[in-house]
Amino acid sequence: MSFTKAFAALPRRAVLLSAAAAFAAGMFTHQAIAQEPIKLGHVAALSGASAQSGEAITRGLMVAIDEINGRGGLLGGRMIELIQRDDESNPPKGLIAARELIFKEEVVAFFGGIDSPVSLAIVPLANKEKTPFLGVWAAATPITRNGAEPNYVFRTSAVDALVDIRLLKHANEKFGATKAGLMLINNPWGESNEKGLTAADAENDNIEIVGIEKFEGSDVDMVPQLTRLKQAGADAIILVVNAPPGAQMMKSRERMGWDVPVISHWGISGGRFPELAGPTAGEAHFVQTYSFFGEQGPVGQRVIEALKAKYPEINGPEDIFSPVGTANAYDMMHLLAMAIEKAGSTDRDAVRDALENLGTYEGLIKTYNRPFTPDNHDSLGPDDYIMVHFSGDQIVPVE
Amino acid sequence: MLIPSALITGLGLGSMYGLLALGFYVTYAVSNTVNFAQGSTMMLGAVITFTFGVTLGWPMGIAIVIALAGCALWGVIVERVAVRPFVVRGSNSWLMATVALGIVIDNVVLFTFGKDPRGMPPSILTDNAFLVAGIRIQLLQVVIPVVGLLIAVGLYLLSTRTKYGKALLAVVQNTDAARLMGINVTTAIMASFAVSGLFAGIAGILIAPLFTISSTMGTLFGIKAFAVAILGGITNPWGVVLAGLLYGLAEALITALLGSIYTQIVTFSLVILALALRPHGLFGQAGVKKV
Repeated sequence: MSFTKAFAALPRRAVLLSAAAAFAAGMFTHQAIAQEPIKLGHVAALSGASAQSGEAITRGLMVAIDEINGRGGLLGGRMIELIQRDDESNPPKGLIAARELIFKEEVVAFFGGIDSPVSLAIVPLANKEKTPFLGVWAAATPITRNGAEPNYVFRTSAVDALVDIRLLKHANEKFGATKAGLMLINNPWGESNEKGLTAADAENDNIEIVGIEKFEGSDVDMVPQLTRLKQAGADAIILVVNAPPGAQMMKSRERMGWDVPVISHWGISGGRFPELAGPTAGEAHFVQTYSFFGEQGPVGQRVIEALKAKYPEINGPEDIFSPVGTANAYDMMHLLAMAIEKAGSTDRDAVRDALENLGTYEGLIKTYNRPFTPDNHDSLGPDDYIMVHFSGDQIVPVE
Repeated sequence: MLIPSALITGLGLGSMYGLLALGFYVTYAVSNTVNFAQGSTMMLGAVITFTFGVTLGWPMGIAIVIALAGCALWGVIVERVAVRPFVVRGSNSWLMATVALGIVIDNVVLFTFGKDPRGMPPSILTDNAFLVAGIRIQLLQVVIPVVGLLIAVGLYLLSTRTKYGKALLAVVQNTDAARLMGINVTTAIMASFAVSGLFAGIAGILIAPLFTISSTMGTLFGIKAFAVAILGGITNPWGVVLAGLLYGLAEALITALLGSIYTQIVTFSLVILALALRPHGLFGQAGVKKV
């Protein structure tokens, strides 16, 4: 089924995007006659359950690319061309797509998608073939902290280990919680956050973990797990899971009549969480890297206007779905453009070295000062994250 | 508080397993066959109710009637397509055929309903709750066991007190004799699959507000319900319902006392142990074959 969808979706997208790129390039041919375009790749979920995430990233990238090409491109007039491939949230497919981008399309660098398992599968290839791989969503800690020397993987997104620090801090500072109960999905993602949260707990003297409970994605009733945490004295729940089981957790909590604060990783931000969780959906606070709601800086205003102009269905921040994908991708694209200019060429090694030595960039999420160093390939830290919650169907910052 | 609240959870889940397992009982009692993809029929009940009641905005009562009719019809189709053609040739391939048909319907739903799980809006059953000994109980948590028990009672009365029920049970004991006595065997078996589908539909509709609705929601439920049916001794409706309750209680108590990572390991191990000790199930009897 997903095969047919992918086959149907992929060529159309490819056609649309190359048409868009050709149009953008065509507008500026007077500046860039016979200049070879700079090819960049993007491997993400463009079909299936996570298709929305891939589209959100694409929008962020395209808005940034339009800005860059509109200014006359890079390296004295070379336009950026984006080549996209669908990984269908499937690691082997992602790996095949990455190979194609590196060897056949010979991209200078390529962006990733939402799925950590796919990104983790691509990381060794990117390092082996010395091609910069830029994460804009997947948050697994080892994507950037992969032990390779030199490391070709960079990320502008949340990082599990740093999110875990922020979740405990928010539970303590916002709700005065001192005893956290963990509710984790029983899979590698939950496990990696269990490690991260335990490490974060060791660093934070104001709050301690009093219970760790796991559950399956198919669990209907989580009252027994929650009751155990309640008996252990938990005064906040730290939740790591995607939207549907996360909603089951919220419903179980509601059934118990327990109004304990819930602080969640960003897994619940997709997939109709408000509909699935029901009336208490808004009580869960969760982490994001950016919100288009509230007062916007000049870059925020510019990006919203560009999105409205480019995508007619967007009338305001409420129509920008999966905002973190768009925001992270926008900033990462500009950081890459700076690096290509700084390198003065499209040589992959030179671009990698330039990424580690960038200056200041006034971006959408924040103003970056030397965002990447040889020791740190993550441009965002725990203090750059914002805490949000659902208000109706919209994700708005917590007061 | 840990144990009483686990008991409430366990009873609710257990009655769902029991209800679904009764669907196995009904067809097995009449034809010695079952629809292994009972979980998919349950999913169909929830999906049809959601589609008519929420997506299309029809009155919920009508949506439920359509869903139940749809599930009963699906039961008939399963029998006609995946069971009868094999049984008439004396083959056991209906085992695989029903599983396969379940996978087909799961994917048809995936394709038409979408991959995105959906949620039932709040209703009277989930909005109302009361406190018993400090434990909050939702109305739905009472309705589920009550419906399960009523159906078991109904089945018992039907099969022991009515001519039609007795006729159904006669079919399995001796098909040829039943036919000679004027019982329409084909119709009886078809009716049992319709009733089986109906039960799965009821289970699906009852669980929909507690769970998220998606094409895969019935898979694990179906497997657990089959374990329950075997555990209860598939020939005894009371046994099946009781086994469902026991299974649900075991799950909830193990989660509450040992932690959730042990739930599946311990419950399924207990099922194996129980069957090793009592091969015909906790409440079943060895069939007597007269030669």
